[in-house]
Amino acid sequence: MINVRNVTKRYGDTSVVNDVSLEIKLGKITSFIGPNGAGKSTLLSMMSRLAAIDEGEVVIEGKNLAQWNTKELARKLSVLKQTNQISIRLTVEDLVAYGRFPYSQGRLKAEDRKFIEEAITYMELGPFRGKYLDHLSGGQRQRAFIAMVIAQNTDYIFLDEPLNNLDMKHSVQIMRVLRRMVDDLGKTIVLVIHDINFASCYSDYIVALREGAIVSQGTTEEMIDTRVLKEIYDMTIPVETVGGQKICVYFS
Amino acid sequence: MKLKISAVSLKFIVLIAAATSLIAIFMVIQSGGSWDYILPRRGKKIIAIVLTGTCIAYSTAIFQTLTNNRILTPSIMGLDSLYMLFQTSAVFAFGSTNLSFLNKNLNFAISILLMSGFAFLLHQFLFRKEGRNIYFLLLVGLILGTLFQSLSSFMEVLIDPNEYLILQGKMFASFNNVNTDLLMIAIAAIAIVTLYAQRFNKYLDVLALGRDHAVNLGIDYPYVVKRLLLIVMALVSISTALVGPIMFLGLLVVNLAHQVFGTHRHKVLIWGAILISVVALVGGQLIVERVFTFATTVSVIINFAGGVYFIFLLLKENKS
Amino acid sequence: MKLSYMLGLLVVLSAIYLFIGNSDLSPLDLLHPTAIQLQVLTVSRIPKLVSILLAGMSMSVIGLIMQQLTRNRFVSPTTAGTMDSARLGILVTLMWMPAAPPLLKMLVAFAFALGGTLLFMRILEHVKFKEPIYIALLGLMVGNIISSVTTFFAYKNDLLQNVSSWLQGDFSTMMKGRYEMLYISLPLLVIAYLYANRFTVAGMGEDFATNLGLSYRKVVNIGLILVSSISAVVLITVGSIPFLGLVVPNLVTLYKGDDLRSTLPHTAVLGAVFVLCCDILGQLIIYPYQLPVSLTVGIVGSVLFLYLLVRRKADQT
Repeated sequence: MINVRNVTKRYGDTSVVNDVSLEIKLGKITSFIGPNGAGKSTLLSMMSRLAAIDEGEVVIEGKNLAQWNTKELARKLSVLKQTNQISIRLTVEDLVAYGRFPYSQGRLKAEDRKFIEEAITYMELGPFRGKYLDHLSGGQRQRAFIAMVIAQNTDYIFLDEPLNNLDMKHSVQIMRVLRRMVDDLGKTIVLVIHDINFASCYSDYIVALREGAIVSQGTTEEMIDTRVLKEIYDMTIPVETVGGQKICVYFS
Repeated sequence: MKLKISAVSLKFIVLIAAATSLIAIFMVIQSGGSWDYILPRRGKKIIAIVLTGTCIAYSTAIFQTLTNNRILTPSIMGLDSLYMLFQTSAVFAFGSTNLSFLNKNLNFAISILLMSGFAFLLHQFLFRKEGRNIYFLLLVGLILGTLFQSLSSFMEVLIDPNEYLILQGKMFASFNNVNTDLLMIAIAAIAIVTLYAQRFNKYLDVLALGRDHAVNLGIDYPYVVKRLLLIVMALVSISTALVGPIMFLGLLVVNLAHQVFGTHRHKVLIWGAILISVVALVGGQLIVERVFTFATTVSVIINFAGGVYFIFLLLKENKS
Repeated sequence: MKLSYMLGLLVVLSAIYLFIGNSDLSPLDLLHPTAIQLQVLTVSRIPKLVSILLAGMSMSVIGLIMQQLTRNRFVSPTTAGTMDSARLGILVTLMWMPAAPPLLKMLVAFAFALGGTLLFMRILEHVKFKEPIYIALLGLMVGNIISSVTTFFAYKNDLLQNVSSWLQGDFSTMMKGRYEMLYISLPLLVIAYLYANRFTVAGMGEDFATNLGLSYRKVVNIGLILVSSISAVVLITVGSIPFLGLVVPNLVTLYKGDDLRSTLPHTAVLGAVFVLCCDILGQLIIYPYQLPVSLTVGIVGSVLFLYLLVRRKADQT
């Protein structure tokens, strides 16, 4: 379980995340939603030690984030940011193999190779495995990065806008994979996600942020609701049920 | 996979063969029969070359990974300029007549102390406050470097032209007059630094992915970067104090190693770069001694070749 | 700070400047000047003052133009290879046409400065990283490389100490008959002022400029020609003055906005004030000896620049 307690992040005089507290439930998908500049990515970065916490604390399995040995934490928690510019030329397979570094420290064993193979298969990257990342389309590259995180095989997986650059087919494919990892393998996944309908169809819990603070949080059932959404996005969004799934119709 | 490994080792074999045969030629060419005199003299040069090549190739490879940038060299941090400022001040203050004041060993010791002191201060300054990135350190080093340069050129203009020639000899790396004591000290120092560096080697490949990925993969990023930077600065200080500044060698050899081996694995890259720098330096020294007959220095040639190759690289990459 | 205050300060400093130096000259002497005093004034003091004002203004202004064109606070003639290229040009003239008149040497230096700056801009257009500091580092590397070419030839021809002397900006040698070439920069500054708004627009990028009906190429080329010719003029007559084009525009943006048309006069005046202060300092510190202005500007400039850097970082975090 992950507890976020009164966490604050400031840049100069403006705080981008202000006194946020929340609890991430085990074995569920939690989505962070909210308008641009709400502080979703910053919160995720602080929860994964990529950004320093100015005030407050993050507690992972009873231990303060600052007290975790970073190598051990890398076997417990993985994170993928939205933009992944890499300055060196790597093949897909090389990149995915990096996901095993917390275990192998650079020397791949048979078990590591097994995880690499699995991750490549999961993300349907077989045909591209020998290709260089800079020769791939944006979507293929994004899948390669997600495969790296999968190979890292951690209990907690944090993804910042994982559907960036992906077309509909691959967006759905990735969300299904994430769902399966939660349902079958018991992973805990936290997403920052822009498309509210993907959040509605695939997540268990939704945390809504606005201007650095939590506006509301709850189960997807509670959150995908015209009244709640009005508070988050400042617009009236009708919610329809299509094929058993709640869909927000925000286009008009 | 199997095939790729053998391609890499083939390249290594070619490089090793090139390096050893150049060294062999260098040792025996135009010896005139006086082996007792020539072999130890030339041997010392070769050792100095191998040490310098190792320091520079290794430090530049680390440095480029830390900065995620293939166009930078550690000398941009101002260490070279500080060394030159010290040499200029020494000639300015004591003149060539009183060179005995500053014998080679003392000069070496003071240079090392100055450079490592500077490096340490710079380092402290950078990491005293959180949120300062490595580019910030570079810029600060670079500004101080420019400052040192203005101080040096102020003195250079005032120095008597005859004494200036003495100084000119120190401006460029030269392997001609390193003595045995210094070589022993340098070998020991380099051995200690590289041994210490071994524990960080495995992180280099991951660091090349950038900070966020490195943190995600469980590297204690601030700690590792700090240590590696110190290692880089130590290696640069040693080689500069030993033979003088040779700015673009690192740039040249590490980029060549990237081109030749086409890999991101640091183990291959670093060894490749070291071999290439030995080939370049021994080859360069041969050209200087036999073609130009000492009318120029090897570091001037390498800087020139490195610089031109580098601009070519920048423009070529831009086309694609 | 108002422009008029700055101008007032400049006038006061200029007046003071006329009366410091090795030969005695006090304001009272102006009422009944001796022939020698008059000569000191017209042959040495006034030419020195004028060259300081011109060099200070023009180097700061071209720094500002480069920063606008590249949208980058850290670019200046010293961080874009311009000065180094001009120096290579001078070396070429020394090697192959040592007897050429100064104007011809200047033209060659100008051609090299232009070439070097163009090279840098070409590289800049395509680089992946656009982090401001990175661009400055890239420019310095390009500059270093060009210098290494200079060194290669200078070393072979025993001109190294000569090359060093152009590294050093110094006004003490400015006198009647030696400084007049600096006047070339005056009309160039006027052109810079007339084009100011267009440089701002061009800095927004080619697409942006084209959309506003501006011929991007033309404006950028005019900017580069201004920058290169002024650099060449100053380098040939005075020598190089480090940091000037970097520090002054950055200081101005502390109290003025980013609109080039209104910051340009401020930059020019502050540049002149800055160089004047530094040269007065250089004359007084070890009186009766003088420090070259490149040294005093180098020291004051680097301290100021470090301060700006630290401050900028403090603002961000």
